[in-house]
Amino acid sequence: MSNSPAKLRAPLKLARGLGSAKFGAEHWWSMRITSVALVILTIWFVGGVIGHLGADHAQFVAWLKSPICAAMMALTAAVTFHHAEHGLQVVIEDYVHCEALKIAALLANKLVNYGLAAACVISVVKVSLGA
Amino acid sequence: MALSILHRASGVALSVGTLLLTAWLVAAAVGPEAFAKVQGFIGSPLGLLMLFGWTFALFYHLSAGIRHLVWDAGYGFDLPSAEKGAYIVIGASLILTVATWVVGLSVW
Repeated sequence: MSNSPAKLRAPLKLARGLGSAKFGAEHWWSMRITSVALVILTIWFVGGVIGHLGADHAQFVAWLKSPICAAMMALTAAVTFHHAEHGLQVVIEDYVHCEALKIAALLANKLVNYGLAAACVISVVKVSLGA
Repeated sequence: MALSILHRASGVALSVGTLLLTAWLVAAAVGPEAFAKVQGFIGSPLGLLMLFGWTFALFYHLSAGIRHLVWDAGYGFDLPSAEKGAYIVIGASLILTVATWVVGLSVW
């Protein structure tokens, strides 16, 4: 019994890689940083939207052409989609238990969120550079 | 307890709402006709309903998120504080939603 290979391995060796903890601390900290950033960005964004309800294209473009506005809008989009991707990741991990389906959902989550983020940032850049 | 799942639900709702944000910005980049179409949709009854729901989800998620940050800093874990926090979150999200719409509709 005592000379079976499993017994010669340290318990840590047997447990490593099998738990749920993979990038937990990094994920947790990233959500805190982005949430603090989003408190500021969201308040700016809501103010900006209220100021441009029913605005026509020319008025909206004139607003978004200012470098500060363009930077704030690009940051709002980038941080929002990063935060959304991380948040939805937890929801998927909590509710999707089939491993293959879970991986597919997590990949789709990244694709959609980072795709939308890219679309928003490129649109802001295009408007702000006046194309 | 109920507020905890509502934080998650509002987060998912906000994620869906980002499609509207993307449509708005992409339309602005495409041109005046596309932008007018999106602004027209936002001004329609369905668009206004979506925007109202999105506003409430946003302010709820914002308030509850700040409550989570306070907990993360190690404060407010006792029951009376937790209960008080819950009422502050509900009150703040309702007041901010109504205030935003009062200001928004008056400048529209």
